[in-house]
Amino acid sequence: MESVGSIIMYLIIALAIIVFSVLAVTTRKILRSATYLLFTLFATAGIYFMMDYQFLGAVQIAVYAGGIVVLVVFSILLTSKPGDKAEKLASKRRAIGLLAAFAMLGVSGYALLSRCGFFAQLPAMGDVTMDQIGDQLLGTGQGGMLLPFEAISVLLLACIIGGIVVARKR
Amino acid sequence: MDITLMYYLIPSLVMFCCGVYGFITRKNMIAILISLELMLNAVDINFVVFNRFLFPGQLEGMFFTLFAIAIAAAETALAIAIIINIFRVAKNIDVRDLTKMKF
Repeated sequence: MESVGSIIMYLIIALAIIVFSVLAVTTRKILRSATYLLFTLFATAGIYFMMDYQFLGAVQIAVYAGGIVVLVVFSILLTSKPGDKAEKLASKRRAIGLLAAFAMLGVSGYALLSRCGFFAQLPAMGDVTMDQIGDQLLGTGQGGMLLPFEAISVLLLACIIGGIVVARKR
Repeated sequence: MDITLMYYLIPSLVMFCCGVYGFITRKNMIAILISLELMLNAVDINFVVFNRFLFPGQLEGMFFTLFAIAIAAAETALAIAIIINIFRVAKNIDVRDLTKMKF
């Protein structure tokens, strides 16, 4: 049995995720779309906080909401005039999109709802300390993540160089 | 009322389907990128929720999400560099007009 507060919190977050993600793909102004994406990312960070992964929620807010959205907004402002609207969708294109989305929603939703085994209660878990996270992130033993960590660092370096080379003015 | 695993998977599923819809219907490249972010984010939620409900105390799902966020950031930065470059050449980022490399 959950407390009333956490149920209300959950309802707010779930509603925000659904409403804002629908708005993000249906609004015709691109800057608004980016703003709704920001709200969706914040709601996702809320889910991470509800799951007791505070570190992950902080990373989500700092990198996604703080980094990626700012980047997207900058590029929107660089490439389109304010007040620009996307033209109305052709009905065929919209029909194809709706068909794909609803087919996926139906199939996956049915598969989810027909498996009662997933109705698990939230198990108890102690707080994840930074000690634990650091040990496992840079560990080489059971469940250690050192190799992916190093691979990501190389990827980020490649991305930095690639970004400079691609966007540089010749 | 108990908040079970299902209650977290449904919003994430809706988010993913919105991403699919936007990816198919949008024509602006940045809007397509935004739809892509929605899909990536939905998958991240699934990783975290499954880890928390089925394997509490282990952190693999959380680390997968961390790495997914890092890769998403790298991918977005590079995609935006490409988009800006395309805009410089074609004065336009509409996917229908970018046919210069077709023959």
